[in-house]
Amino acid sequence: MHFQLTEEQRALGEMVQRFLSKEYAFDARRKILRSPDGWSREIWTKLGEMGLLALQVPEEHGGMAPATVETLVTLGAMGRALVVEPYLSSAILGTAIVRALGSPAQREAILPAMATGERIAVPAHGEAGARFDLSRVATTARKGGAGFVLDGRKAVVLHAPAADLLLVTARTSGAEDAEAGLSVFAVPAGTRGLTLVPYPTIDGMRGADVVLASVEVPADALLGPEGGAFPALSAAQDLGVAALCAEAVGVLQATLDATTEYTRTRKQFGVPIARFQALQHRMADMLMNVEQARSMSYLAAMHAASEDVRERRRTVSAAKVIVGQACRYVGQQAVQLHGGMGVTDELSVSHCFKRLMAIELTLGDTEHHLERFIRESK
Amino acid sequence: MDLSFTPEEQQFRDEVRAFLDQNLPPAMRHKVLEGLHVPPEDTVEWQRILFRKGWGGPNWPTAFGGTGWDPVRQFIFEEECAAAGTPRLLPFGLKMVGPVIQRFGNAAQHARFLPRILSGEDWWCQGYSEPESGSDLASLRTLAVREGDHYVVNGQKTWITLAQHADWIFCLVRTDRTGKAQAGISFLLIDMKTPGVTVRPIVMLDGGHEVNEVWFEDVKVPVENLVGEENKGWTYAKFLLGHERANIAGIGGSKRELARLKRIASEERKHGRPLAEDPLFAARLAQVEIDLLALEITNLRVLSAEAEKRAPGPEASLLKIKGTEIQQALSELMFQAVGPYALPFRIEALSDGFAGPAVGPEYAAPLAATYCNMRKASIYGGSNEIQKNIITQMILGL
Repeated sequence: MHFQLTEEQRALGEMVQRFLSKEYAFDARRKILRSPDGWSREIWTKLGEMGLLALQVPEEHGGMAPATVETLVTLGAMGRALVVEPYLSSAILGTAIVRALGSPAQREAILPAMATGERIAVPAHGEAGARFDLSRVATTARKGGAGFVLDGRKAVVLHAPAADLLLVTARTSGAEDAEAGLSVFAVPAGTRGLTLVPYPTIDGMRGADVVLASVEVPADALLGPEGGAFPALSAAQDLGVAALCAEAVGVLQATLDATTEYTRTRKQFGVPIARFQALQHRMADMLMNVEQARSMSYLAAMHAASEDVRERRRTVSAAKVIVGQACRYVGQQAVQLHGGMGVTDELSVSHCFKRLMAIELTLGDTEHHLERFIRESK
Repeated sequence: MDLSFTPEEQQFRDEVRAFLDQNLPPAMRHKVLEGLHVPPEDTVEWQRILFRKGWGGPNWPTAFGGTGWDPVRQFIFEEECAAAGTPRLLPFGLKMVGPVIQRFGNAAQHARFLPRILSGEDWWCQGYSEPESGSDLASLRTLAVREGDHYVVNGQKTWITLAQHADWIFCLVRTDRTGKAQAGISFLLIDMKTPGVTVRPIVMLDGGHEVNEVWFEDVKVPVENLVGEENKGWTYAKFLLGHERANIAGIGGSKRELARLKRIASEERKHGRPLAEDPLFAARLAQVEIDLLALEITNLRVLSAEAEKRAPGPEASLLKIKGTEIQQALSELMFQAVGPYALPFRIEALSDGFAGPAVGPEYAAPLAATYCNMRKASIYGGSNEIQKNIITQMILGL
């Protein structure tokens, strides 16, 4: 039992951090956020060149999976820099779904291009009313045309506007909340009947509601067994939560650092406000939250691909609870300790605050995971 | 990074478990698992059982008769002991004065004191706090004046845990009143049988007699009982505090209490259903379980850093704060779980073998008292507020 990184892992972390602090500093990031697409193809391509988009791609398709610790380290650095590119959606979630469900031919057609960054594939799963319930899917796919016809509406599909390929979950059979009967279809952007209602999200990313009106796809758009996608979706989701926890720790640390730095320089009553015990103890509490979140991000990373599904779900949910609570606490306190400056757009702290807020709500909020932890503990 | 225990560590765990299975007397185990009073004889007897096995000093190096276990093995040992329900080993000799004597004591002190700690022959207690010196420990005033080959000690110590059973007390005493407060403190070992030493009980909110006042009136202490150098006691005390906090997260004990809480919650009923299935209660219970899981990993991170030969650092403060918060949360949920049956308070029922008429479920009897007792956890060993000061200064550098 040990928590050390290998030389290579450490070097990877440093490389990503160096790259981002050079190319993704506060002002550069703001410029990206304000660009029409809201993300940078140039940065994305460079991430691909550095091999970072290939971490979850299997070796036979030009990748390095499973690169558990490398993923952890990379996401930590991305969190610190508040990267808005579709890393979680495509390089983690999308990749994991294609990897698990695709036939060898489908994998070879999609994954190598994802590893280099040429292609972006994101899951289109959630629906209004389903909240975070993974098996509640009303979108349908029926046999017709040259293969299947899809109908329904997907809610808050993160990074959908950037995607070349949407991995749409649709029900091919079963009741609306049944685990059995779910299928995943690879639907290229621009397919007839597919409409995006795009918007920015509160944390500066982009998303869309996706409307599917009699969208015809060929039979080979189906990834994996018809009606049998749930186990793979659930596994991908847990891998995504673990990745999100790793990213969160990067954001949390950046938020704490910004706060200690600010309170050290801001003077009131003739002294730096960091001298005041009321503020010191708040920062000690923030630090404890960050460290507990860091511990759980390690545990989640190590269990995210566990064969024991119950143990995987239980551990990942426990991690998301601790991380989600840390996001809420550290974000709120950081803004409070920055005073008026904390509620402006001028400092990084408000950007961190919004990302932390979004992380807590992504892939299941704290209550969802607390509930799942209880269920899986029985 | 690898969060699983090695096959050797797993094998070690099995060995400990098998030993405990065979050697922990069932009566002792019963008292611990049911939260009943554990008499001092049990504590001593358990130390002796371990000593006979060669495990009397789980945290000591082999040079002093200890096991030489690394921090991870010590953690496994403590976890297994807690799960099995062994009496708690007294920290005062093993974790406090023992390491100080080893590090700063002379050869004569090694030979005289250390073996008797291992064998359970000497019961030690800790003489730090004074009525006017709590969190501000360095302001202590108990005076030791050198007269020939003796110190003459006068003053009062307080909150001395289990001093009523102690053979020896290690004390911080003032030997110099001129300079900075920290610079005039010495570390003195005092035989409790010395004339002029008086122990007075302090009855606590749970009715228990756990702590005492210890008074010193012209107590003559031989100079050879000074540890290290005169006026260097503060350095030794800080060294000791680091060791005391290293295992203060109490992960093993909290896991055991969590299991007990789950048993109680599955017995108790709310709206005719097991309390464990009540969504509000289940959520609170799950929250503590998750907090404990996170703290366990944090603890292992600290241990792993220690195994790389880094001394227990300020991270120990985090373990102390979170560990005691969890212990208190568990004791709180436990008395809440039994509802009105937390109220009957019969001190006799807290001892094993109570034969009076049953009132409520047997497990309910000690729960309110335990809850009251556990309020101490966030106060002792440096209050949690002091620990936050340490975190701000030592980790955040504010």
